[in-house]
Amino acid sequence: MKLVVNGNELDCSDGLTVNDLLTEQNVKMPEMVSVELNGEILKRGEFDTTTLKEDDKVEFLYFMGGGDGFK
Amino acid sequence: MGLNEQQVERYSRQIILEEVGGKGQGKLLSSKVLIVGAGGLGAPAALYLAAAGVGTIGVVDDDQVDLSNLQRQIIHTTADVDVDKVTSAKTKMEAINPDVTVQTYKMRLTAENISEIIRRYDFVIDGTDNFTSKFLINDACYFEKIPFSHAGILRFYGQLITVVPGQSTCYRCVFRSPPPVGVVPSCSQAGVLGALAGVIGSLQATEALKYLLGVGQLLTGILLTYDALEMDFRAVKLQRNPDCPLCGGKPQITELRDEEQPVCDLKRD
Repeated sequence: MKLVVNGNELDCSDGLTVNDLLTEQNVKMPEMVSVELNGEILKRGEFDTTTLKEDDKVEFLYFMGGGDGFK
Repeated sequence: MGLNEQQVERYSRQIILEEVGGKGQGKLLSSKVLIVGAGGLGAPAALYLAAAGVGTIGVVDDDQVDLSNLQRQIIHTTADVDVDKVTSAKTKMEAINPDVTVQTYKMRLTAENISEIIRRYDFVIDGTDNFTSKFLINDACYFEKIPFSHAGILRFYGQLITVVPGQSTCYRCVFRSPPPVGVVPSCSQAGVLGALAGVIGSLQATEALKYLLGVGQLLTGILLTYDALEMDFRAVKLQRNPDCPLCGGKPQITELRDEEQPVCDLKRD
């Protein structure tokens, strides 16, 4: 099936969960991302139970600190 | 606010902009912006806001300039090493533009002190590097109803979003709570390109100026992500989250608290 992940089209096997996709995309720690599926933010507990469908739009949103204003 | 002859000349390149004009310049001169963190993001933001003639600019930072800061924190110079960052920043901002009053806060913002400081300002720029501060700024600005620009940078990547509390997607709508310690590397662990900090900090200054002038479209409900390696900007639409613990229908966060989630476990001596 075809998914759009962070704006890029991706061919994936059917029945993939969000967690599977995270693993496939090499996101080693799911704690470091928030996931938006078709415009809605998923709860962390739903990563495992949400199965992706053809044409789903997925955004992995990463925590980013930076700035270095404070140590 | 009437502009004198020198001011008309100093600001001529932006007064000539239809969206600014003499009236807009007057607005900027009577506006107040708080910059939290005089680092990679805060440095370019502070320089541009001072140059643009934002009349009152607050700078918060509890740190001193370190040699390793100078690769990206362009408001500080080699001679400023070991000087308080707020003092170093104030000197440069006033040198660029004597119209600007710089208020310095050599402190770390906490749940105790943040509200009384931010409520003196019209807009807040989050240039901090740690998640405790980022969540604290988000929550305090929500309770005080002060718009702010959130940003983060790492390696070659940066992102920012503007939040108008109660009206647009907040940081907690997207990221409920700080990540566990050690999960997200800091710039001191993973590195960051100085020019990237300049891009993102300048975008934050742009958002502040647009908000103060009341022109254009703010980055509300949109996370702008920047990949400097691929030179790729993406605008990711983010709706408000009805389950947001802060601004959702059934908020669990009803008062400020410090969430202890340090950005990294590398302590500098």
